[in-house]
Amino acid sequence: MSDYLILIPLFPLIGFLLNGLLIGRLSRPVVSTIACASVFASFVTALLSFIELTNMPASARLIEQTLFAWIPVGELNIEFGLLVDPLSAIMILVVTGVGFLIHVYSTGYMSHDKGFGRYFAYLNLFTFSMLTLVLADNFLLMFVGWEGVGLCSYLLIGFWFERKSATDAGKKAFIVNRIGDFGFLIGMFIIFWQVQSLDFAEVMARAPHAFIAGGTLVTTACLLLFVGATGKSAQIPLFVWLPDAMEGPTPVSALIHAATMVTAGVYMIARTSTLFMMAPDALMVIAIIGAATAFFAATIGLAQNDIKRVLAYSTVSQLGYMFLACGVAAFSAGVFHLMTHAFFKALLFLGSGSVIHAMSDEQDMTKMGGLKKYLPITYWTFLLATLAISGIPFFSGFFSKDEILWKSYSSLYGHPIFWVIGVVTAGMTAFYMFRLVYMTFHGKERMDDKTRKKIHESPRSMTVPLMILAVLSVVGGYVGMPHIFGVTNYFEEWLSPVLAGHEPPTHALASTSGGGAGTEMLLMALSVLLVLIAIYTARLFYNKKPELATALRGKLTGVHKTLQNKYYIDEIYTAVVVHPLIIVSIGLWKVVDVIFIDGFINTLALLYDGISQLFRHAQTGRVRSYVTVFVIGVVGILGWLVMR
Amino acid sequence: MIDYTSAGIDFGMLAPEIYLLVMAFVVLVVGHLRKVHDWTPVIAIAGLLGALYFSIQQWGNQSSGFFGMVSCDSFGVAFKIIFSSSTLLTVMLARRYMRKKMIERPEFYALLLISTMGMMVMANTTDLVVMFLGLEIMSVPLYVLAGLARRSLQSNEAGIKYFIMGAFASAFLLMGIAFVFGSAETTELRRIVANFNFILNNHSVLFSAGIGLILIGFGFKIGIVPFHSWIPDVYQGAPTPITAFFSVGPKAAGLAVLLRIFLYGFAEFSPLTNLFWILAVITMTVGNVFALRQSNLKRLLAYSSIAHAGYMLVAFTVGGGQAISAVIFYMIGYTLFNLGAFAVVTMLETRSGCSSDLKEVAGLGTTSPYLAAILAVFMFALSGFPPTVGFFGKFYLFSTAVENGFYWLAIIGVMNSFVSVYYYLKVIKTAYFDSASATFESVSYTPAVTFVLFITLLGTLGFGLFPSSLMEFTKSAIFAFL
Repeated sequence: MSDYLILIPLFPLIGFLLNGLLIGRLSRPVVSTIACASVFASFVTALLSFIELTNMPASARLIEQTLFAWIPVGELNIEFGLLVDPLSAIMILVVTGVGFLIHVYSTGYMSHDKGFGRYFAYLNLFTFSMLTLVLADNFLLMFVGWEGVGLCSYLLIGFWFERKSATDAGKKAFIVNRIGDFGFLIGMFIIFWQVQSLDFAEVMARAPHAFIAGGTLVTTACLLLFVGATGKSAQIPLFVWLPDAMEGPTPVSALIHAATMVTAGVYMIARTSTLFMMAPDALMVIAIIGAATAFFAATIGLAQNDIKRVLAYSTVSQLGYMFLACGVAAFSAGVFHLMTHAFFKALLFLGSGSVIHAMSDEQDMTKMGGLKKYLPITYWTFLLATLAISGIPFFSGFFSKDEILWKSYSSLYGHPIFWVIGVVTAGMTAFYMFRLVYMTFHGKERMDDKTRKKIHESPRSMTVPLMILAVLSVVGGYVGMPHIFGVTNYFEEWLSPVLAGHEPPTHALASTSGGGAGTEMLLMALSVLLVLIAIYTARLFYNKKPELATALRGKLTGVHKTLQNKYYIDEIYTAVVVHPLIIVSIGLWKVVDVIFIDGFINTLALLYDGISQLFRHAQTGRVRSYVTVFVIGVVGILGWLVMR
Repeated sequence: MIDYTSAGIDFGMLAPEIYLLVMAFVVLVVGHLRKVHDWTPVIAIAGLLGALYFSIQQWGNQSSGFFGMVSCDSFGVAFKIIFSSSTLLTVMLARRYMRKKMIERPEFYALLLISTMGMMVMANTTDLVVMFLGLEIMSVPLYVLAGLARRSLQSNEAGIKYFIMGAFASAFLLMGIAFVFGSAETTELRRIVANFNFILNNHSVLFSAGIGLILIGFGFKIGIVPFHSWIPDVYQGAPTPITAFFSVGPKAAGLAVLLRIFLYGFAEFSPLTNLFWILAVITMTVGNVFALRQSNLKRLLAYSSIAHAGYMLVAFTVGGGQAISAVIFYMIGYTLFNLGAFAVVTMLETRSGCSSDLKEVAGLGTTSPYLAAILAVFMFALSGFPPTVGFFGKFYLFSTAVENGFYWLAIIGVMNSFVSVYYYLKVIKTAYFDSASATFESVSYTPAVTFVLFITLLGTLGFGLFPSSLMEFTKSAIFAFL
């Protein structure tokens, strides 16, 4: 019984079609019911498939459904097939589960917006595309979903298209993503060229024969796939679009730019982990980029004043962790962090949305403060998420982040430097998150009176999803507790049949027998200590003695300014990439297009025009001239055949 | 006494033909009963649905009967399905137009049915004489149909011209069959194939001339240049739904017999390869070049249909099973979107005071956005853009040419479709970017016409997105043929 898989993406598609085609003809309650119900139905179906999987023996957990032969051309035979295995099962549960909560939240958040129908149509289309991406059983179908989510991301970032900044951000996201997609495509071509297939199962099975392990080809293919991942998952050097993407509605930031779409790159690497295990050099690049992005984005996050931008850089940074995990071949740890991050980051964004909603669309934290008493539910749930992301023991983020840190130290592909960067980043994360909490919810009320009067706790439709996500942020990590706690890591065990590097080889020092457990404990304690110090510092700077922060900022004006301006990356890209590109484009247009291409076309047109002038007299309308032409033809054909 | 079993007298093999003929007579009789004559189109539809049903029933059969004169195989059945469904769509399309122009007569439906039956006879045999018989059963009603609008000078002209040229071509065809019979002592393709080299060696000139004349006779029907001159005048003069019918059914029938004769019967005759190469290039080029400057939609589509015949000839150059299945694929796609395009033209013409002039399409994008969008889809399909079935049709056809080493033919074909984009897009440009010269009443949809548009649109886009299902069908259609 596997033919129900299609229902999972089908429900949101139906929702999209209904809401999209009948736009403006349905009342708001109907629109939101269709949108939420379709995602919920899909969640229930996903849950069914998950239960079916758990009932299977561990090694045989796989449900496939091939719908039809999609593109059979020569050697290329692509089937439209869906696949649920332990990896995609987790993804569809996250996408539909968190997605459903965010849909519900949106009904409250967007209730006053005039684009209500359009918003939910896009959101359903996004869910459909994301599920296609995750469920695809081959590269090409995954790419279709990959492009689909990119399109929806563009549409939703630019949702308020009357605002120029929003449309600009949408375009930026789309263009930057296209650069990454190009890499993905080329990588896919290389794989097809070598393996003669794009089906995941076939590629993974044949790769060891088709590629030389560690060879140039497989490394190139993996690096190109990773380029695709850096675009979608906002890693160096293609991360610049994500902070700007905050122009979209906040639930969109939560769904697309925190919980689901941006993690597609991590999912893709985990899905093709067999290939990546054959390319250690590519893995190293991924680990370095991941660690660098994690660190770099966290430093920017320290100095931002826009509540959503802090969260955006935090997302970039956390995605860096996931890539670091993949880079040290700890794919399971990466996916684990992906899941816990989906819970707490979605919650953070939704919480910030609730704040923004209450503050009459104000996003500047310097104009907030003391909101704790006005927004108690938002505050408490937000605090739980903050504790989770900071890695306070026994919250979900602690387990996933700690696993990554440990693996980045202990794995054969790891290095103590990765651990150091990871831990410092964790400290910075705790600092900027508590800075955010203190600036927003504690201290003096810095807003003006008009805004203050309007502050209100959000409606039920928004607070209930917050509470559910808060529970998940707290307990979500218990499925993957480390071995040294003397328990089974269910998460790792669940994923082990699909991931090539489920147990990355460790070097001698870190192996469990050689005192590894002690090392792991020590490292864990160190990171927790650093986090606590960071929280204390944040409290000191932004709550107890704000003058200290001001004094420090005075001393480090240069550094602070650089951070606040995001290292001037956008300016550098504009000068180094965008401007030269525009100049080259103008050249191409004026020379290549106007002279060569248009010239060619115009010459061809003149040629055909000439021929038609020449022959137009043959079509006189007189039967006798028709017969003449006919007879000429007869003579010609008979001559050819008889005289041959 | 005839031994029925050994002669293969099995009327089941002719079920669709017989049923169509009976229904044609029922239409004629009912049409003259004053009270019920409104029901004639319904009876015609019932007849065509029945023929479609019987044809589908025959799918998978593989038999020959009536002294070898009727062959019931998947190839023929595939074409019978094309014929009956395209006529069915024509009937649904025609009703309102014929009423509005006051030319709806019961004979119209009866002639359509008889002509369709003729096509079926053509597709259902491997005997040259029976093919000729079918051709005439198909053609005589066509001459009448072209001149159906008696009060219209253009329609009369179309009828007469078609008849003269058609009779002329038939004479060549009959002469060709006689030559072949003279040299091979049979008109049965299977027997000719069996002794092909023997016949060719003994009666070289007579036999080759016969083959050439047969090519001319049937090539006339699908509009191979230089036997195409009748097409523009007839297409323009005939009432539009009838033009729609001309452009698909008879063309498919001509294609079916040409495929049987030249890719089965005379497949071993080597000079044909180069001859078809030349004819394909000339036909597609002439069609496209002349279409460039047309200002009348029906005339434009007439030249476009010549160009499409040229593309189809590529399959004859290439030969072999893959090419046959590609050209059947092409034909089915072409039937869908060409019928669709004519359906749109028919709808435009039913606005009062409108003909089929391209100028009258101007402003359609704002006055009838749905119809303009549908028209645009069909134009894109005709020019071969993805994701329409037109793209895959050309893709399969030209890729078989490339695989068999006919690179230049494929290049010329692609260049030609490149040129054709100009006039197809000109229609879209006129619909969307030109402002209307006069205000016309907006188009109105009847259920029947909407159904035609829906089916053709669905096929055009559906098979464009999922071409493999249609490809499977065409592959099994040729399975028995070779």
